[in-house]
Amino acid sequence: MQNILLTMKNIYKSFPGVRALQNVDFTLCEGEIHALMGENGAGKSTLIKVLTGVYSKDAGEIHIKGVDKPINVKSPQEAHKLGISTVYQEISLCPNLTVTENLFIGRNEDLLVNWKKCNKKAESILESLKIPAKPGQQLSNCSIAVQQMVAIARAVDMDCKVLILDEPTSSLDEQEVAKLFSLMRELKSRGVGIIFVTHFLEQMYEICDKVTVLRGGELVGEYQVSELPMVELVAKMMGKELGDLANIQNKGKLNAESSKEIIVEAEGLASDRGIKPFDFKAHKGEVTGFAGLLGSGRSECVRAIFGADRVIKGRLKIKGEEASITSPLKAMKKGIGYLPEDRQRDGIIGDLSVRDNIILALQTMRGFFRPFTKSQAQAFAEEYINILGIKTASADTPVSSLSGGNQQKVILARWLLTHPDYLILDEPTRGIDIGTKVEIQRLVLKLASEGMSITFISSEIEEMLRTCSRLIVMRDLQVVGELEGDDMTQDKIMYTIAGVSK
Amino acid sequence: MAKNNKKADTHHEVSAMKKIIKHKLFIPIVFLMFLLLINIFIKPGFLRISLGKDSSGNPVLIGNIINILNNATELVILAIGMTLVTSSSKGQDISVGSTIAIVGGVIMRVICGNETQPTRLMAPIIVALILGCLAGMACGAFNGILVAKFNIQPMVATLILFTAGRSIGSMAMGGLKPKAVASFGYYGNFIPGFPIPTPIIITIVVVAITFLVLKKTNLGLYTRAVGINDKSSRLNGLSPARIKFLTYVIMGFCVGIAGFVQSSRVQTVNPYTIVPGIEMDAILAVALGGNSLGGGTLNMAGSIIGAYTIQTLTSMLTTLNVNTNAVPVFKAVIIIILVAIQTPTVKKFFSSKVPLSKLATNNGKERG
Repeated sequence: MQNILLTMKNIYKSFPGVRALQNVDFTLCEGEIHALMGENGAGKSTLIKVLTGVYSKDAGEIHIKGVDKPINVKSPQEAHKLGISTVYQEISLCPNLTVTENLFIGRNEDLLVNWKKCNKKAESILESLKIPAKPGQQLSNCSIAVQQMVAIARAVDMDCKVLILDEPTSSLDEQEVAKLFSLMRELKSRGVGIIFVTHFLEQMYEICDKVTVLRGGELVGEYQVSELPMVELVAKMMGKELGDLANIQNKGKLNAESSKEIIVEAEGLASDRGIKPFDFKAHKGEVTGFAGLLGSGRSECVRAIFGADRVIKGRLKIKGEEASITSPLKAMKKGIGYLPEDRQRDGIIGDLSVRDNIILALQTMRGFFRPFTKSQAQAFAEEYINILGIKTASADTPVSSLSGGNQQKVILARWLLTHPDYLILDEPTRGIDIGTKVEIQRLVLKLASEGMSITFISSEIEEMLRTCSRLIVMRDLQVVGELEGDDMTQDKIMYTIAGVSK
Repeated sequence: MAKNNKKADTHHEVSAMKKIIKHKLFIPIVFLMFLLLINIFIKPGFLRISLGKDSSGNPVLIGNIINILNNATELVILAIGMTLVTSSSKGQDISVGSTIAIVGGVIMRVICGNETQPTRLMAPIIVALILGCLAGMACGAFNGILVAKFNIQPMVATLILFTAGRSIGSMAMGGLKPKAVASFGYYGNFIPGFPIPTPIIITIVVVAITFLVLKKTNLGLYTRAVGINDKSSRLNGLSPARIKFLTYVIMGFCVGIAGFVQSSRVQTVNPYTIVPGIEMDAILAVALGGNSLGGGTLNMAGSIIGAYTIQTLTSMLTTLNVNTNAVPVFKAVIIIILVAIQTPTVKKFFSSKVPLSKLATNNGKERG
């Protein structure tokens, strides 16, 4: 029986209109590496933020070892004092300072600092944790992994009992991950409890003792990692019990009889975003999908096809012709459209009007010296506002003042206006209301029946099963399988993601 | 019934008012009108324009308004470029004053050669103009590469030429201080026999070309798109780096024209004192025009009105016999007020106080 370090009980937290956490329990023992897993919106980060005092909880109790009564963390500083430290994916240290300065800055109450002493201390800390950095080295000269380790060392040196690592491996390569893991093991042996937030399944299996799975703000359960097969974990994260799903209706098969004309064909394509080379084909009138958990590389694949990331390997053929796509514009001119995953960051151009947002892609294809007249642009905008039922005061309204679903429709309109042969929709239904979701799915099927080839990516498996006729399954930045026809079931997808052949 | 009608009427009036107040040129025009009114008040003959004769007996138009229009030329032209640069790169080009010194230096060298008191033009003026513009565009390209390719903050990138420009200008003239022949002065003053100051004509041409370019190309749309969201712009087929670079080159072209007019005014150039502080006035004109200095807006007409507003302000301070050394202080005070009015904090304060704009935001929400 290990010593319990931290318990969170019956935690509730809601934001206006959303219940982010409902009745969530979480327990962490000394010397334990405990994974926190779940899909987007599962409540992982909310739980972490409640624990570290970024958010205040609505209800529930948090106990930490060494404090008799329930603690109420009001700020990250208070969390620090209680021994709870967080290291985020983005380094929150000062890159322009030295390693020593980063280790000790803000911790010394005295006016005078004995840097000589600090340097010595820093050296011993770095040595004991086997961090390959020198005390006097400027932090920005260290690799990301080492920077992260310095952040961890700082937390550990501040007597932290609970260390939260929020997606620390996302920007690390394999060797760096291995180094980070050995540091984590070292800390584990010292009795530190580590909460490891990640979406990499294999890494979780490699390093963690226990895993707590959240879904839709609710606790799914806590499991011993060694007793939980990967396929069951995937099922729990997606919220499906195995076997239950065999009889789901697959409406997506209406266009299974798509023509054999190939629109886009990728051979061994790989981009600088880390995806392993993959092959892919999209036929005329076919709806394909990329399935996989968050961060499995679904978006990276389609971004490589669209030229949004730099392609470093492989070939792309469009309608049988070899195409060199080095920029989105080249892809667009070849008849490809791409609705990006992150609507706010990559999709809308907030302060531009709905009209300008709709015509932008077609306009760039037409060229710098051939702008549409205002009446042409207005006609295009009105046409698609009507077709898609975009709710906006006028075509002049800035797109940022529209609701999420309507913003998404504006971007959809932008690409439909270019009449692409191949349209990529990356999470077109994320964060929008159910009515619009259904509309978009119907539209996808209609466009496909008219001959457009579409790739539809969604975190919601049902949506893909309803709309897609072929699924490419991904895990950890790699294509691990392809499912078609009767093979397209929730079970099969989960088994494929988990790498179990059945 | 009657009551209802009245309500509808007032609502109608309110929305018409709202339309005017919400128009993007409303604040810039109000500023300019305000300053003109003050001028008329302190100097009753302010608006009078008369036909006089210059020292050589040629007819020329005289009047305060003419002076303002004439003297604002360089500022208006620079404000046009600055608006584009600000919109695309979310920052400003602070080197424009110094690059005018470079342009001026190049022009003087071209038309004076190596002589200090040449008796004739050493090269046709058109050649000087073209080389001046090329020099300006080269400076713009230099800034543009630093900003667009190396992602250096505009103010830091342009600090280089801000610092070095005036010395480069002096070097371009070979260390001499030549005075060009009088015929070079036609472009900064009057063409004999034609009563309107040439700079005003040049301004009209440049402004006309600007609006023509904005109408006939996608410069405006692309610049704004890149300034608002360059990631998204890239995914729409734009090349943010290329567009930012282009705006800096255009800025350089504007510097070329402005430098030409400026050096023609007295037919000589002192690189170390030419157009002091004009870069700040140009930036201010952009801000006064209702453009966000954080990029993404492109209110060209506003910037031009802003430039005239500044010139009117300067002229007013001269009329009031404010000591030349004290002028910057007055300008600064007015700048603070004008800029503060446009900050979100103040806007928020007013929109919570003024029911009119409250109505507007509520409406927007309901519809959205």
